[in-house]
Amino acid sequence: MRKMQKRVYVVAADTTVFLGTGRKEFHPKKPRPGLEHYIAEAGKGVLAQISDPEAVDEGVVGNFMASRFNRQGHLGAMMAVVHPSLAGKPSLRVEGACASGGLAVVTAIKSVLAGQADLSLVVGVEVQNTVKAIYGADILAGAGHYAAERKSGHAYYFPAKFSDRAGEYKKRFGAERTWAAMGRWYEQAVRNARLNPKAQEFHNTTTDLFSTHQTMAPNPKSFCEHINVLDCSKVSDGAAAILVASEEGLKRTGRKKSEAVELVGFGHSTADLTAQPDDLTVLDTTRRAAREALEMAGVAVRDVGVFEVHDCFTISGILACEALGLAGHGEGADYVLSGATRRDGPTPVNTSGGLVGFGHPTGASGVRMAADLWRQLTGRAGDDQVKIPSERPHGIFASMGGNDRTVVSCVFRRAA
Amino acid sequence: MTLDERLSNVSVVGAAGKMGSGITLLLAQEMARLSLLPQNRGKVFRLNAVDLSPEGLRGLQEYVHAQALKAAEKGAVGLRALYADREDLVENGEIIEDFVRRVESMVWPSTQLAAASGSHLVFEAIVEKVPVKVSVLKQLREIVPDDAFFFTNTSSVPIGLLDREAGLAGRIVGVHFYNPPPVQKLVEIIRAPGTRPDTAETAAEIGKRLRKTLIPAADVAGFIGNGHFIRDGLHGLQEAEALAKNEGWPKALWTVNRVSQDWLLRPMGIFQLIDYVGIDVFRFIQDVMGKFLEEPLSHPVVDAMIEHGVLGGQNPDGSQKPGFLRYEKGRITAVYDLERKDYVPLDPKGWTAEADARLGPLPEGFRGWKALAGAPDRDAALKAHFDAVAAMKTPGAELARRYVKRSREIARRLVATGVAARPEDVNGVLTSGFYHLYGPINDFCA
Repeated sequence: MRKMQKRVYVVAADTTVFLGTGRKEFHPKKPRPGLEHYIAEAGKGVLAQISDPEAVDEGVVGNFMASRFNRQGHLGAMMAVVHPSLAGKPSLRVEGACASGGLAVVTAIKSVLAGQADLSLVVGVEVQNTVKAIYGADILAGAGHYAAERKSGHAYYFPAKFSDRAGEYKKRFGAERTWAAMGRWYEQAVRNARLNPKAQEFHNTTTDLFSTHQTMAPNPKSFCEHINVLDCSKVSDGAAAILVASEEGLKRTGRKKSEAVELVGFGHSTADLTAQPDDLTVLDTTRRAAREALEMAGVAVRDVGVFEVHDCFTISGILACEALGLAGHGEGADYVLSGATRRDGPTPVNTSGGLVGFGHPTGASGVRMAADLWRQLTGRAGDDQVKIPSERPHGIFASMGGNDRTVVSCVFRRAA
Repeated sequence: MTLDERLSNVSVVGAAGKMGSGITLLLAQEMARLSLLPQNRGKVFRLNAVDLSPEGLRGLQEYVHAQALKAAEKGAVGLRALYADREDLVENGEIIEDFVRRVESMVWPSTQLAAASGSHLVFEAIVEKVPVKVSVLKQLREIVPDDAFFFTNTSSVPIGLLDREAGLAGRIVGVHFYNPPPVQKLVEIIRAPGTRPDTAETAAEIGKRLRKTLIPAADVAGFIGNGHFIRDGLHGLQEAEALAKNEGWPKALWTVNRVSQDWLLRPMGIFQLIDYVGIDVFRFIQDVMGKFLEEPLSHPVVDAMIEHGVLGGQNPDGSQKPGFLRYEKGRITAVYDLERKDYVPLDPKGWTAEADARLGPLPEGFRGWKALAGAPDRDAALKAHFDAVAAMKTPGAELARRYVKRSREIARRLVATGVAARPEDVNGVLTSGFYHLYGPINDFCA
């Protein structure tokens, strides 16, 4: 059985504002910050929390498609914008579609485990508002099997993929409860985001979120058959950063152990990009990665008190709850309807808003999830802090790429 | 001749004007769509955009590009289906670009009427002057094929008159788009007594192709839309004039504009609407209607505004020019004072507040046009609103009641005189063409 060969910690984390429609300061026609700004802001936010920024050994950038959104490759060499001492040190960019952030986290973990670094700075970043959503859909379609599927695919390629999943779930497990659960997920996401000043939906003032969602019937002529636009995470610019450390690295930062979280297990799984999912109502790659992470940690889902799942769409959130074992197959909708995933429920999910509420700068999301678990487990989450029960001291995230083709999952608990 | 054949060579005369450019865009998009159908591969589709102004035609090309791009981006879901067999075009971006280029390539601009000579269908959207329209239609009749149809966008001139004077033998029908044609759903279809059935049927088919809401109107100057709007506007002016005697013009105009928007739950107040249409255009339609209907339709304030050179209408970028009201980024910032011949800025702590206070409060639980437009309980909310207005004894409610009654009276008369075949048609024009939440023929404040 896989187990942690040595102790690995996350000692600091930060996120930028996730910018896009919904934020008051967002103007589609005005100039906005670029990749280097976001990398610098998130990275500096982390380094400001440790005593010696020069102690960092390496950098990992998680990014999906800057090559098309920003016509920029070679992001590994952009790390020095965070701190001049990073020039001359190893740094690389990793890509795994929307799991690029999760992949960056796992890359840093492996580097620390291999003894190649004691402090690895991870920055996930994406700047997507450079193109309109209809053109962004082409770029994001690169997370699927482009050569075989783009031409026959929908104008909104990924929304349609998950609309298909929603349609299948409705058919198998009941249309009404599925649609209601999707509405509740949206409501929960925005409510959580309203407690998080950095969230894209922080300024959302819609009074009746649930009925707003429920009355917006999906329109296949202009969008998708089984989801509406509120079911989707928005187009976002933003970055998130964490510092991954060995025991030795943690000491170098000058941070107390209680200010860190310990990684107790992780999983990393991929599926065949050129094949179709076996069952549209199952996120089996997510399930596999989460199981690996939990098994490695030697804990069960009942030991977890706070969850971060990849709700690129509301239906993905529901399916991810099932994949993580919070609910059985076909029971995720009822689980969400029961209120169990709300911040005041027994298993709070996506406490800062998730992808639907916080925003989804694709390459940043996985890192952002790790950052949020660090905030929650160390009691630093501010207004969106939830209570972590002593009998459920763990936090888990599952960062998903494409149509459940690459997934990284990590389990943390407060270090002691 | 099939509709598709007829659409292979079309002319829009007056193509650079506001209505003409909108019609050109709509037709070019439809023709581009047709050109992609398997049975039409290799066929040439041609839309002659005829206008006297070369600058205007250059502007038309830019307009068509920008609007076609916007529409293609919005309609990408449907476009992908249309391009399903074009293996070389994969991305939304590639498909959109191809479609926009195709739309643009439909448009053949010309400053010469002769460009229309091969057209089986001619849209006329030139200036609302009877002799000019007659002369252009006559010239067209001589150069186009004998089976060509003429669709006129006139908003006021009787179609029968144009038919007779230009000798078109019934090959003309009124196809009255609303401004701006690509956005407004409504098209009034006006058959003259002599209009040939095939001409009218073709108009209806094209209207449907362009996904418009078609409402028939009788061939009476002003038809339904302007028949209501002009008289409704003149009522607003009379109310303002009465108020102005004691309150002065700025307060009077502000007050009536507010009542006609908020108390009546319309998308904009009456003076903002007249400004949008253009005060000069308003007078023009009013005069044409007055002449043909032998009805005294005028108001001295309209004449005075035009004399002062205050005309409303829009700038080329779509922003609103000053008229009865002045605007910044679409918001009202000042009101015209006819006595001082200048604008008085709104003063939310001074005169504007006094004028509002004099009106009295809006009904309790008031929700404006925008909030109600998409509300599931809209009908119940409208009823509750007007029940409250009916019961209130404030000057605002009194003004609103008179307005509701006058609007209903105008609408009923349009039905009684046969301009509209049914009450539903007047209501349909006001809801789909003017975006009212309810038709004027109702039992509110009865």
